[in-house]
Formats: sequence, C-alpha cells, structure tokens
Amino acid sequence: MARGRARELLIEAGRWVVLVSFSVALAFPFYWMLITTFKQDGDLYNTANNPFIFNLKPTLVHLQVLFRDTMYLRWAGNTALVGALVVLITLLLSLPAAYALARLTGKWGERMGIAMFLTYLVPPTLLFIPLSRVVALLGLQDTIWSLVFVYPSFTIPFSTWLLMGFFKSIPRELEDAAMVDGLTRFGAFVRLVVPISLSGILTVVIFTFTLVTQEFVYALTFIAPERNQMVGVGVPTFLIRGDVYFWGELMAACLITSLPIALLYNLFLDRFIAGFTVGAIK
Amino acid sequence: MAIAPGSRSTPESRAWWLGQGMFYPAMIYVLAVIGLPFALAVVYAFSDIKVGSVGYHFVGLQNFKSILHSATFLRALYDSFIFTVGSQILVLVGSTLLALALEKKFRGRGLVRFLMLLPWVAPVSIGAIGWKWILDSLYSVINWVLIRIPILHLDKFNPPQWLGEPALAMASVIVVHTWRLLPFSTVILLAGLSAIPKDIPEAAEIDGAGFWRKMFQINIPMLLPILNVALLFGIVFTFTDMTVVYILTRGGPYDSTQVVPSLAFFTGVLGGDLSEGAAISLFMVPILVIVAYLMLRAANRSEIT
Repeated sequence: MARGRARELLIEAGRWVVLVSFSVALAFPFYWMLITTFKQDGDLYNTANNPFIFNLKPTLVHLQVLFRDTMYLRWAGNTALVGALVVLITLLLSLPAAYALARLTGKWGERMGIAMFLTYLVPPTLLFIPLSRVVALLGLQDTIWSLVFVYPSFTIPFSTWLLMGFFKSIPRELEDAAMVDGLTRFGAFVRLVVPISLSGILTVVIFTFTLVTQEFVYALTFIAPERNQMVGVGVPTFLIRGDVYFWGELMAACLITSLPIALLYNLFLDRFIAGFTVGAIK
Repeated sequence: MAIAPGSRSTPESRAWWLGQGMFYPAMIYVLAVIGLPFALAVVYAFSDIKVGSVGYHFVGLQNFKSILHSATFLRALYDSFIFTVGSQILVLVGSTLLALALEKKFRGRGLVRFLMLLPWVAPVSIGAIGWKWILDSLYSVINWVLIRIPILHLDKFNPPQWLGEPALAMASVIVVHTWRLLPFSTVILLAGLSAIPKDIPEAAEIDGAGFWRKMFQINIPMLLPILNVALLFGIVFTFTDMTVVYILTRGGPYDSTQVVPSLAFFTGVLGGDLSEGAAISLFMVPILVIVAYLMLRAANRSEIT
C-alpha cells in the first residue's frame, strides 16, 4: 500500500516538473520582452549587471520613443485596417460557401470541402514570386491593398471549414419550418441561420484577424515603404538601423503586439482546435 | 462532379443550383489567388524571366539543372531536412509530454494553458525577434547564466555565439521553431486525449496495469491517429517556413541555416531572378503532395470507423 502511494506521489511530482518547466520555457521570451521594455539602456547594455532584475530605475522611455518617434502606431493602424477588410471579404464569401457545403451540395460538397481545406496547406513561400508579379500588374505593389487582395486566399478555406462544422450542428428542422412559413431557402439562410450562428461568426472574425497579424512572408515581399508596412514586418525590419537593434523599443513593440492577440485567441481556442481536428476524432 | 437533376423545378434541383451559386464565389476567389499563381510558378520555372525582363523564353529544364548543380541549393535542401526532422522530433516528444501532463484538471490549468499558448499566438516574426535578443552575441541572457555556472568553464570573453557558429545556429533555429510549434501540437493532442474513452484506462487499472503499461500500451497507441494529424501539419508548417530563419540568421553563417523557402526568397524576390526562385520553391511541392495524400487517407479512414 505504501509503495503504491509513493508511486502516485512520484507521478504527480513528474507531472508538475513537466508543467512548470514547459510553461517557463514557453513563456520566457515574453517575460524577457516585458523586463527589457522597462529597462534603461545603461542597464540593458552592461554585461556586469544581473539581467534578471532592475539595476537602475525602471523607465518608460522606450515606450515613449516607440509611440512618438517610430511608425509603430501607423503599422498597427495598417494591420487593423487590413484585418477588418479581410474579415469582411472572408465572411461574405465563406458564409454562403459553408452553408452550401453543409446543406445543399451533398456528397460532392463534402469532397469540395476537403479540397478547399487542402488549399490551406499551400504555403506563401510557394506562391510569393508569381504573386509579386500579379500584384505589380494590378498596380497594388507597396500598398496594403495587395494584402487585402491576397490574404483571403488562406482565410477563406479555413473559415469555410470552421463554419461548415458549425452549420451542420444546427438542426435542419429550423429551416424547414421557416420555409413552410414562406421563406425561400436563401431567405432562411440570411434571416435565420446567419443570426443564430453569431458565435461561429465571431470565431471566424477572431481567427481571420489573428491570421492577418501573424502573416509575414507576403507583407515582406509586396511592401517596401516603411509607412505602409504591417506590424509583423515593420517591427523586426524598421526598428533596426543598419546593424543597430533598438532592443528596448523592439521588445516594447513585441509585447504590446502579442498580448491583446493572445488574450482574444485564448477565449476561442476550443473552436479553433475543433476546426483542425474534424475527421481525426470521432 | 455531380450531375444536376434534370428538371429545374423540383425543390432538390433548386437547392442544388443554389448550392452551386453560394459555393463557387469562394472557390473561384481561392483558386484565382492560389491556383493561378501556382500555375505561373511552374511557367516561370521553365523560363529565364527576371524582374524587368520582357517576353517569355522557354528554356526547358535548364533552371532545374543549374539548381541541382548548385552547392548552395543542395546545402539548403539538406538544411531543410535537418530543420524539419529535428524540430518535429522535439515537437512530438515535447507536446506528448505536455499534453499528458495537462490532461487532468487542476487549479491554475487555465493559466498554464494561456502561458504555453503564447508562442503560437504571437506573430512568428515577433517571437523570433524576441529570441534574437535572448541569443544576442554580447548580451545573451543564456550566456550570462552559463558563464556563472562554474563547472562549465566557459570563457567569459568568448561565450558561445548562438547565431554565429554553423552548428549552434542550426540548433538555435530548430529550438526556436520547436518553441513556436509546440503549443499547436499540444492543443491538438489534448483534444485527442479528451476523446479517449475513460473506461479503457480504468479497466486496465483494475486489471493491474501500472503507470508505464497504461502509458505505452493504451494512452500512446490511442493517441497515434491524432499524433499523425499534428505531425502532418507540423511538417508542412516547418518545411515551408522561412520566417524564423529570415529573422534569426538570414540563412547564415555561411549558408549553414539556409533552407529551401528562404533561398527561394533571396533568389527570386531580393535577387530578382524570378525563374530560378520559382524553380527552387517548386522543390517543396513533392513534400506537400505526400502530406496531402496522407491527410486524405487519414480522413477517409476516420469516415469508415
């Protein structure tokens, strides 16, 4: 009996060792951004100082420089604008498509759904060279419109897939009843199905937005001018002058960009997982 | 393609036509922005097109020939495999451990989940630049700690250059990418774990199976299908990624961390050699096709059971 108890304790201890060491390793860079943001340069760039504590008084100077003397706010604004427009395009196209796949197209639709999902596997690094040409031809080079045009190519497949699962969970009888009451099928979709799918739509909004902020390769390829950049490229490219990294400002920018996205994402995590694992778990 | 039912007036055929009309706008958009450039990439790869050049000259397999004879490309191909295999092994082992540890509910689980998700949620380029500071040549916090561990006998004035020496740079790139993918793989495995019927491990326990037996003969085998999904996504996300390499090392030192996608970027986008860049990027296609095939097989199998 005593041996069994000892074993149990050992397993429990092992569990905590794993949990604590992984959480620390995964979250450490963010802690490091936080402490770097508030340190004076004299403290940051002195190898004799213990880097884990404040050897000089904390300072807000990096944040001030970031907001006043760099284009950070401009990049954040660009990102928000591109995000909003891409969300709009994504919803307009993927809501009807997902409904069609869930209700109207049967077995063939199921296959098209899988085909659509597989396009999610085609990476930007395969397409950026010809797309840079297409973008230039359309006259969108160096503007955020190039991204508004290209980003839906990866947000639509994922959103359609998520929404399809969502629509399938709505009981068919609801629409049947509405159609008996005189609504057309499309009318039932617009007036009934879309309003009751608000939480699914919200999930798509959040994920489309995070996908837009996370994208790097297309923004780096299509846009050169500093003022038209997105946050994800502007921060690691333009907060560096030649070989000089402004670490205080850089880490401040990293921190303020990551935290809001992380908080939002965490709220909708479970739906997101469901999107990736449909088919594998049943 | 399915055949449209003959008469257009039945409710079924109306639904079918409506379905087509609602589905195709999305599909056409995606095909236009993914399919068309992909076809263009193939067209470019068989030409000598450069930024600013006019006209189209078909050159056959010339680009592929010259790529396969280029030491830089072969090195990048090799590095891509090391990068992918190395980080996927670390991700699989790490995420399995973490998912098993996170499975049971406990106080503070939400906080642990939030902390461990951060690397996946933060934009890649932002996380990578954070690591660049941690691995800095002069002010690396890792070196600060290592130098103060007496038994390591590190030279205080010549600490490890994490991003400046070929082997260390590759290791750093692998670790940073693992750091980024680990949360993704973990949440997928957690979803898989929660789907394992609880009565099976319990029955095994009553029959006298110990912790390790339960782990290796029940939990891990039952996780295999979902582990498979996590691995397939992981391979695609790693083999085609250039962000971590681009931010941390720009492919250096001496091309020791140059991977296929970053080489395509430097050749085709920065170098302006569209045809050779496109040809290089096409070398990723076989991997993608294999992964897509395996995913379809996995999806079909789960449909049958």
